Amino acid sequence: MTAETLDTPAVAVPTATPPHPLREFWGYFSANHGAVAGLMVIVGVVLVAIFADVIAPHSPYLTDTTVALKPPFWQTGGTLTYPLGTDPIGRDILSRLIYGSRLSLMIGIAVVSISIIIGTVLGLVAGFVRGIVEIFIMRLMDIILTLPSLLLAIVIVAVLGPGLMNSMLAVALVILPHYVRLARAAVITETSKDYVTAARVSGAGPIRLMFKEVLPNCTAPLIVQASLGISTAILDAAALGFLGLGAQPPSPEWGTMLADAREFVLRAWWVVTFPGLAILITVLAFNLLGDGLRDALDPKLKR
Amino acid sequence: MLRFILTRVSLVIPTFLGITMLAFFLIRLVPGDPIETLAGERGIDPQRLEQLRIEFGFDKPIIVQYGIYLARVLQGDLGKSMITQESVLTEFTALFPATIELAFCAIIFALALGLPAGMLAAIKRNSIFDHGVMGVSLAGYSMPIFWWGLILILLFSVQFDLTPVSGRIDVLYYIEPTTGFLLIDTLLSDEEGAFWSAVRHLILPTIVLGTVPLAVIARMTRSAMLEVLGEDYIRTAKAKGLSQFRIIALHALRNALIPVVTVIGLQVGVLFTGAILTETIFSWPGVGKWLIDAIFRRDYPVLQGGALLLGVVVMAVNLLVDLTYGLINPRIRHNR
Repeated sequence: MTAETLDTPAVAVPTATPPHPLREFWGYFSANHGAVAGLMVIVGVVLVAIFADVIAPHSPYLTDTTVALKPPFWQTGGTLTYPLGTDPIGRDILSRLIYGSRLSLMIGIAVVSISIIIGTVLGLVAGFVRGIVEIFIMRLMDIILTLPSLLLAIVIVAVLGPGLMNSMLAVALVILPHYVRLARAAVITETSKDYVTAARVSGAGPIRLMFKEVLPNCTAPLIVQASLGISTAILDAAALGFLGLGAQPPSPEWGTMLADAREFVLRAWWVVTFPGLAILITVLAFNLLGDGLRDALDPKLKR
Repeated sequence: MLRFILTRVSLVIPTFLGITMLAFFLIRLVPGDPIETLAGERGIDPQRLEQLRIEFGFDKPIIVQYGIYLARVLQGDLGKSMITQESVLTEFTALFPATIELAFCAIIFALALGLPAGMLAAIKRNSIFDHGVMGVSLAGYSMPIFWWGLILILLFSVQFDLTPVSGRIDVLYYIEPTTGFLLIDTLLSDEEGAFWSAVRHLILPTIVLGTVPLAVIARMTRSAMLEVLGEDYIRTAKAKGLSQFRIIALHALRNALIPVVTVIGLQVGVLFTGAILTETIFSWPGVGKWLIDAIFRRDYPVLQGGALLLGVVVMAVNLLVDLTYGLINPRIRHNR
């Protein structure tokens, strides 16, 4: 639906020029209030992440045992110096959450980027080359899909060793099959179309066919899957952090913060409530965005 | 029909081989020599090391080693735990009922709430109820369940003191494990109040583990129902003057359930993933917690064998869902 806006055929008198594709897209997208809300939250989180140094009232690592486990400001004993309270070793929770947004966004974007690049290439290759290569790639992806996603990620991290980098690699591998399948399916439907044949007849090589002709025409489902993939990546990476396999303390990663705070659940509700809320809101926003993008980009659903 | 079954079953073989390969080769990636790891911090003298290498078959080519491993796996020999010296398969079968019990309760919970909620949302499309159900289920779908568990503990165990924080049953009961399913075992035993205690311990883990499936089932039921309600035969039923209840219960629901059943089958993998987190939060003595403990104890045979077994279970359930789906729906059966 993107590229080819051909000249209007001279059949009828052109009454109105068709809306610009982006404008049309925005029309569909903005009709979905949930998606717009999701987008706004994401923009908010991105701004918080960028300006973390300016917004955060304290350093995320600064410990001060004299103010350990202070409640949020609206409870008795809380102060506005630590708006959302402090953790067991006196670090400001709000500041940690603000810096944590950097990590979560970075995880989401990096994981999905790795996955999309590798996945698209594998999918394009599988769709173009067919035969034994395709069978090998797709079987491998089926195996990854069969295994429960977090289980596979856990095993990979357990083998490679805990840490943020390894957990990101593991999650990227786990969400890889979706992109491979999407790209391959798109290639197979697209290659039978006339424009690909035309390009092939006019002498385009396989690489050009793959990346210049076919790929731009299967970006829509990839974009939708990317948005949903970011939410999965953030969620799974946080789960690994929670299990002690992801980012290691004192990193302000939200899942890791929850793991640190777990044993204090009976004494201080705020140390567990806020990091989880941050994860929930961010993941929800990306899911809303993904749903909205799907509605706006999927021609089948267009009225 | 036989042909359909045979093709489906034969498709599982490469997947099974793949899972065993993953289990075999991933463990090779563990840094350090496996035997030195086995020996631990005490160290080992070089001569004994060499002897053990040959004994374990590490001197042979990697492909041969994989063949030996596969042969052992097929005979049910998954190695021994480095900590307890117990066979991995024995430990797994002892702990698995606890996980199944939890997963079963979770899926029942998800169905009991998700099916009616999705149906009602579809019938009352665009009502406040519909928007509410969709909003809540999207939140459920985005839920970090490890946090959700802590929040429920905070609310129900700490604030209101309604449910226990962890474990499967109060420590004062001793229940002979006949079936391994505590709900059944407590009913069989004559311990007063043991069943009630087991139920109380199950409530929070069930909700936590059931949340994501609940959200998925509610969404799926709604969209399947909406599709079916637009069909011609529903209009015919209406034109015949059938009551709303009859139309929904007899005509719409049965057809709407087909995609929902598939989704339930696919949720098995999600359930095991969730079980790992849920069991960790509630100290539920199942295979999920066992696996995580194994990681931190560096008990690699348990990790390797346990992950392989879980993968095989999920694979088997998916196959079963596929086969029943083919049985219910002839269109699938004759497709290939």
